[in-house]
Amino acid sequence: MNESPLELIRKLGASFLFAVGRIGMMGIFLARAFLYCFIPPLKFSLILKRIRFIGLQSTLLIILTGAFTGMVLGLQGFYTLNRVGSTAFLGPAVALSIIKEMGPVITGFMVTGRAGSAIAAEIGIMRISEQIDAIELMGLHPFRYLVVPNLLAGIICLPLLTAMFDVVGIFGGYLVGVKLLGVSGGIYFGEMASSVTMDHVLEGLYKSISFGVIITWVSCYKGYNTGTLGWGAEGVSKATTQAVVLSSVMILLWDYFMTSILF
Amino acid sequence: MIEIKNLHKSFAGVEVINGITLDVKKGEILALIGGSGQGKSVLLKHMAGLIKPDQGQVLIDGKEIAKLRGKTLSQLRRRLGFLFQGGALFDSMTVFDNVAFPLREKTKLGEAEIRKRVVHELEKVGLSGEEEKYPTQLSGGMVKRAALVRELIWEPEIMFFDEPTAGLDPIIGQTIMNLIDNIHKQFHFTGIIVTHEIPKVFEIVNKVAMLHGGTLLTEGSPEEIVSSDDPVVQQFIKGEIEGPITYY
Repeated sequence: MNESPLELIRKLGASFLFAVGRIGMMGIFLARAFLYCFIPPLKFSLILKRIRFIGLQSTLLIILTGAFTGMVLGLQGFYTLNRVGSTAFLGPAVALSIIKEMGPVITGFMVTGRAGSAIAAEIGIMRISEQIDAIELMGLHPFRYLVVPNLLAGIICLPLLTAMFDVVGIFGGYLVGVKLLGVSGGIYFGEMASSVTMDHVLEGLYKSISFGVIITWVSCYKGYNTGTLGWGAEGVSKATTQAVVLSSVMILLWDYFMTSILF
Repeated sequence: MIEIKNLHKSFAGVEVINGITLDVKKGEILALIGGSGQGKSVLLKHMAGLIKPDQGQVLIDGKEIAKLRGKTLSQLRRRLGFLFQGGALFDSMTVFDNVAFPLREKTKLGEAEIRKRVVHELEKVGLSGEEEKYPTQLSGGMVKRAALVRELIWEPEIMFFDEPTAGLDPIIGQTIMNLIDNIHKQFHFTGIIVTHEIPKVFEIVNKVAMLHGGTLLTEGSPEEIVSSDDPVVQQFIKGEIEGPITYY
């Protein structure tokens, strides 16, 4: 059945308003989360537990992905630079790629997949099994127990994991470029030291902090609002998938925004 | 203490509560009975402020709970206890930590005093020695008992029970009912029990309200309900298949 143009416009308008409403809700959720970061008491033991979960337990994954990212960059970079006789720039090429882009973004993706999905699922299950209602009915605010510890842990852990990724990645590039393909070690690190500035390091640092906020914000939001997506296991599964997809997309969008506007 | 005035609530266009007016006096226990899907749990969650009505009001001590925000709402909720159907124990905590949670978060008691009280209360419901287990390691009855202790340990003024004996064997069900009765005699809380445990629940409540089709069909003392000449009430409390209730 053909719909009238007016009906089509009405539906488009309704979808637009729905999307704006959801964005607004997410914004309010983040603002409230930050607000509760500044209203004592902070639950330090919970924050430490989340740091352990988001940070410490992601270490091996970050080392592994960092090493192989650096190694593949070393390999690709060497063959590309070798064509123009500039293998001396392998060190700066690997370091800048990793410090400015690959480190924060890949770390963000890895933490999203490992911790973000788990955060969304955990909070989602707490929602459908009425555990969040139980906290509310005790006159306590669930944000203090569920959202703030994750948010602060994300802000603390992402830069540290990114730094780890950067260091391991640079050594991965060194392993391939210097040890396997014969670039001089002195040149690899020497050119790197003269090309990489503190601004580049700060760029990666700011990005990783913002990705820490994005991952925990989106994951907590999706878990917390599991009921709006459908109840039961299906609701939790949708919340988890949406948390991972939305966090990943937002990481890329925000990365582009930060690179083009701020740096 | 609790007044419900002309309450209406719909979900996805389906009217679940259709103009209910009811009140519960201080210290009284009310049993909310009625068929499955008749809006009992929804009404209970309105009273606790977990769901906002489309129309009408729920007043607790004259304050409209749906309009309370922030600190005022928290202060009111600190006087409430709610036993959820599934217990709603925190999965990530042991039984001990679950029961200790409200004491740690809502009182200034020291850890030694909290331990003493938690161990004592768990012992009273036969959960001695289960303190270090997680909720997933417990049976349904144990979860219900632990959840009941978590809610009652800080002596709330108003207690909501959402099917406290659902899924339990008759002995544990009776134990929970006796526990509610004993604690009520001790602390005189105002209570609302949603249950299908008929006529067992009639022994511990002062008043019964029956919901049917989203409306309040009847209310009165347990004796009045038992002797009601309404065929719907009689069919329901006797559990008869034949009768005016045909939704099964």
